[in-house]
Amino acid sequence: MKMDNRHVISVLVENQAGVLSRVSGLFSRRGYNIDSLSVGETADPKFSRITLVARGDEHILEQIEKQLNKLIDVIKVETLDPDSSVFRELALIKINAQTGARASITEIVDIFRAKIVDVSSSSLTVEITGDESKINAFIDLMRPYGIKELVRSGLTALARGPHALNENEEEV
Amino acid sequence: MKLTGAEIIVKCLIEQGVDTIFGYPGGAVLNIYDALSKYQKEIRHILTSHEQGAAHAADGYARATGKVGVCLATSGPGATNLVTGIATAYMDSVPMVAITGNVNLSLLGKDSFQEVDIAGITMPITKHNFIIRDVNELAPVFRRAFKIAQEGRPGPVLIDIPKDITAQIAEYVYHEPEQIIKSKNRVNNRDIQDALALLETCQRPLICAGGGANSYGAAEELLTFAETLQAPVTCTLMGLGAFPATHPLYTGMIGMHGTKTSNFAATQCDLLIAIGARFSNRVVSNAKRFAPEAQILHIDIDPAEINKNIRCQKAIIGDVTEVLQALNSKLAKSKRDEWLKQINDWKERFPLKYNQENGLKPHYVIEKIYELTGGDAIIATEVGQHQIWTAQFYKFTKPRTLISSGGLGTMGFGLGASIGAKLGNPDKLVINIAGDGSFRMNCIELATAVEYNLPIIIVILNNHALGMVRQWQDLFYDKRFAQSDLNRGTDFVKLAEAYGAIGFNLTRTEEVEDVLKKAIAANKTVVINCEIDRDEKVFPIVPPGEAIEDLITEEV
Ligand SMILES: Cc1ncc(C[n+]2csc(CCOP(=O)(O)OP(=O)(O)O)c2C)c(N)n1
Repeated sequence: MKMDNRHVISVLVENQAGVLSRVSGLFSRRGYNIDSLSVGETADPKFSRITLVARGDEHILEQIEKQLNKLIDVIKVETLDPDSSVFRELALIKINAQTGARASITEIVDIFRAKIVDVSSSSLTVEITGDESKINAFIDLMRPYGIKELVRSGLTALARGPHALNENEEEV
Repeated sequence: MKLTGAEIIVKCLIEQGVDTIFGYPGGAVLNIYDALSKYQKEIRHILTSHEQGAAHAADGYARATGKVGVCLATSGPGATNLVTGIATAYMDSVPMVAITGNVNLSLLGKDSFQEVDIAGITMPITKHNFIIRDVNELAPVFRRAFKIAQEGRPGPVLIDIPKDITAQIAEYVYHEPEQIIKSKNRVNNRDIQDALALLETCQRPLICAGGGANSYGAAEELLTFAETLQAPVTCTLMGLGAFPATHPLYTGMIGMHGTKTSNFAATQCDLLIAIGARFSNRVVSNAKRFAPEAQILHIDIDPAEINKNIRCQKAIIGDVTEVLQALNSKLAKSKRDEWLKQINDWKERFPLKYNQENGLKPHYVIEKIYELTGGDAIIATEVGQHQIWTAQFYKFTKPRTLISSGGLGTMGFGLGASIGAKLGNPDKLVINIAGDGSFRMNCIELATAVEYNLPIIIVILNNHALGMVRQWQDLFYDKRFAQSDLNRGTDFVKLAEAYGAIGFNLTRTEEVEDVLKKAIAANKTVVINCEIDRDEKVFPIVPPGEAIEDLITEEV
């Protein structure tokens, strides 16, 4: 993703203790800006995939890729092209929802194909997935009601098509 | 065969061809020391005065021999005492394996006695590190650690081992050490063709050799390369020795304390060929005004160095020796009268020189050391003015003969490093050129040198000051000498004698040769205290932030 110099970088790593702190330490040490980071096991539990959203011009991106590649636990690094990748994020949002407001909130939730996952007498919790702009738009619409709590997973991403970032270029 | 974890560690070291390790015992490594005592014939353990000394010794051993240096320390304070040594090795890409003990697995993470997260602490200063959590991992991890330390761009690797693992039993089977493949990148033919095109069309080339060119194989190819291309050669501090300083094409060091010739040449060349050099800020100074007229051809084993500090037009990634071989096999001999005439003109007009007044001159002492050793010694330095004078006035002609902390600039490095260098090269004369400040930091390692009968000569260029700090205060802080005075009245000759070494005082120029000869003949640990003027300065110097052509020189 190249909007405002932001890049989505997918990193396949050994699923080892400490690998996350090696990667995040590299970013803070070298002063690279990072907007979000998400991590999880791949189909093969020996490996994890880290998805990073980083900011910087092309020289910084070049350095980020090269420095990541120097880490022994890093197997592969790929900057994803937004035109040929799927980007998704998940957010959970707890909204002030007195009885009067519920109907209109539910309406917006439906339009965004989001889901109400928890209800209490004074609040609703909504789960929404999508790309960042969709989530941002939804959050903006919820602000007037009063957002009690908000959590975002950070972006995760995969390239479209059969291409895979696995160690042996095949589906693990 | 079934062995304890501790024995497996020792067996793995033997497997990897380790004959010497430097260390210091303690609770968490008792099992390892017990195992080491059983294999004394195979592995010699050197007990230093301080773990920092052990790390520097392992580093010096590695720099001088090209083999992996190994150090060993206990958990907690033992491990943290290694940190400066590991960082020093990391910054200069030295292959090293550091082994630390830790508390029992079940006590990890509980702030137990002498527990420290050394893997966390050393993450940014190692190429990689490991925490062993299962005795069966020991042998594979050790084999991998030696491989990582040497492969590609070398560097230190740390292995942290909880104590209980060293007592557990596992199966051990001998493995032949794996062949080390220096660079995974095969030299790319297209890159070589592109580079040749640049080399064949340039008018004013300059070769800049760095630490990556400072090995016997690379130096040989570099000589052929420079002579074929008829290009002048400069070296960074880490590159000194990669190209003979006595060669007519040599222009001296480059950068903050470079020669005028090298810095002018870098500014006026039309092709700068950086070989195993990383354009550190001590070389480049003002990046915007560095080599303004040049295309840059960058040859390095580490892809991350390309375009990191200085952007280049063409890069070749690979082992420097292989790359130079490939270029040499295709390069036609050049003729280059005009540019070389310009270079020689600068060399004649701006030789390195020094004011001969004011008593004993450090430059003179260093020149004499060169004369008496014929450039055949291994010279280790500390950090400060003495280090730069050494780089300038000793003519390094062979790779791996200058052992100096270039990247981290670690005062207190040199004595430990000399101990390692001497143990790795028993037949070579090893001299540690020191400042009084740096020497005082780790002079405790005199005890080590004496104990193991190591004939190392420590030449203290004693200005009773933190000379380099004083010089900056003099030039850039209106002579406000804050905390750089070292008039402490320590008698270094008596100190040497107290440790069982020989001490000499040197105050007069006429005595220099005689005292040096005596020190060499003594074949013992010797300290020579040379009294020099505290206002002696290092010139040339590029003031901070200036272009490297704008250097200040002394009026001689
Ligand atoms: C461990 C460490 N602390 C501080 C410094 C900063 N420093 C650089 S040079 C220098 C002075 C060195 O004095 P000395 O060893 O006497 O050498 P001289 O410059 O006088 O030759 C200092 C304090 C350093 N490089 N390393």
